[in-house]
Amino acid sequence: MKISRLAISDEGFVFDPETGNSYTVNETGLFILQKLKEGLSPTAIVEAILEEYEVSPEEAERDVEEFLEGLRRFGLWRESHD
Amino acid sequence: MKKLYQKPSILKLHVGFMREKKSAARTLIRSEIDGIPVKTLVEKFGSPLFVFSEKRLRERFRYLKRLFESHYPRVEFSWSYKTNYLDAICRIFHQEGATAEVVSDFEYEKARRLGIPGEKIVFNGPYKPLEILERAVSEGARINADSLDEVLDLENLARKMGRRLKIGLRVNMDTGIYPRWDRFGFNLENGEVMQVARRIAAGGLLEVVGLHCHQGTFILEPGAYGQAAEKLVRLAGELENRFGWQIEYLDLGGGFPSRNRLKGIYLPPEVAVPSLAEYIEAIGRAMLSGLPPGNYPLLIMETGRALVDEAGFLLTTVRATKRLPDGRRAYILDAGVNLLFTAFWYHLKVEMEREIPGPPEPCVLYGPLCMNIDVVEESALLPPLPRNTHLILSPVGAYNVTQWMQFITYRPRVILITEDGRAEVIREAENLEDIVRKERVPEHLR
Repeated sequence: MKISRLAISDEGFVFDPETGNSYTVNETGLFILQKLKEGLSPTAIVEAILEEYEVSPEEAERDVEEFLEGLRRFGLWRESHD
Repeated sequence: MKKLYQKPSILKLHVGFMREKKSAARTLIRSEIDGIPVKTLVEKFGSPLFVFSEKRLRERFRYLKRLFESHYPRVEFSWSYKTNYLDAICRIFHQEGATAEVVSDFEYEKARRLGIPGEKIVFNGPYKPLEILERAVSEGARINADSLDEVLDLENLARKMGRRLKIGLRVNMDTGIYPRWDRFGFNLENGEVMQVARRIAAGGLLEVVGLHCHQGTFILEPGAYGQAAEKLVRLAGELENRFGWQIEYLDLGGGFPSRNRLKGIYLPPEVAVPSLAEYIEAIGRAMLSGLPPGNYPLLIMETGRALVDEAGFLLTTVRATKRLPDGRRAYILDAGVNLLFTAFWYHLKVEMEREIPGPPEPCVLYGPLCMNIDVVEESALLPPLPRNTHLILSPVGAYNVTQWMQFITYRPRVILITEDGRAEVIREAENLEDIVRKERVPEHLR
């Protein structure tokens, strides 16, 4: 799966060896990517965020959805495979 | 203790678009206006909200007046009503000593209603309806004639009133700038002014006592004012010699720029916009060197934008967030081009009410209208904004609260922060009743 092939640094630098594209993610973005790599579902990721960060469930859910949409657009993630 | 939350973001890196995570966006924070927190203002008065600073208005006026007076002995500021004709704003400038510059029946009536006597009103504009022209003449307003037809109207009024009337002439000329506004008044270079002057002198009903020149708007060339002043001074001398008139005032109109960023100009306004001192110096030098000693006509300035633009802010709120198909982030604000006419030609400054964590990324700011043209800013660089974040747009003090439209939605409140730090409503928000009051439904449709 694509996510598992991404090279992700601790500072949030992301390299896609398949396309040669690179990306930066912020701390929360990195958190989500790591959880995806670990195989967590979007719902589980929202829960993990709520445990870790000071944020409302509604905002976290919406933001995760939007972030995943971003990944999808960059061709880094597809829901059916993860 | 849970960690501080940042909205997750992923940005694709492009060569040439590498930037530090800590960007200049950090500096674009405006948490308060004249001591009142933005958050408090929105909670109390709603969003969107226009906010004017009395302190800034007065300081700006006094600064400009002092500057002028150090370069020319007799200067009068005439407040350009069209730039912002809210009562409270006009009153502030009138208290500071400004007369009124109006261009229509509505503006004339508004100035009179504010207690400004006719002789303290400069009446410009290409169309002055006969009724209001007669009132203005009888109340002693300074009328600057724009066309030959208007001169004829004035002659008729002189006949009717049985006395010679003093008038001013609007003159357009080449001052080396582009675009040249040549639609107002009579052209200097092709001899039109002189021809009209001869016609006026021959009629014997009018006497020219003033010359007016409005070169344009947001003029970035101080030298143009020097040229305009020089040419008006020369013209005044010629008219005095040939026709025996005494030119009492020279009016250089408006057109001074504010610190706003015009679209199409790459440099920031701090670099691209010359300081007002340069304009005033150019005017002062041309006047003093062209006039005979002891004969100093009154210099009238109709400065509008440069006085009011930077004293006005628009507080707005992020109501929705979306991603455009091309990947850019977009925000929907509760204020759009219905309130911000000037967003069509300026890149307004966008500031956040508080620091928001996250990497800045290019985004589009849309207004609330269901129209494709409703874009407040095509490309702002902002961190990921949570819903309900307040943004501060500026400078918006000039032309917006006069050219705003009642379109699709209501127009919001306007408040003034007084010199002693109180927030006062100077225009209430519109409601349905305000908008439908003028409508009439024919019987068969009831």
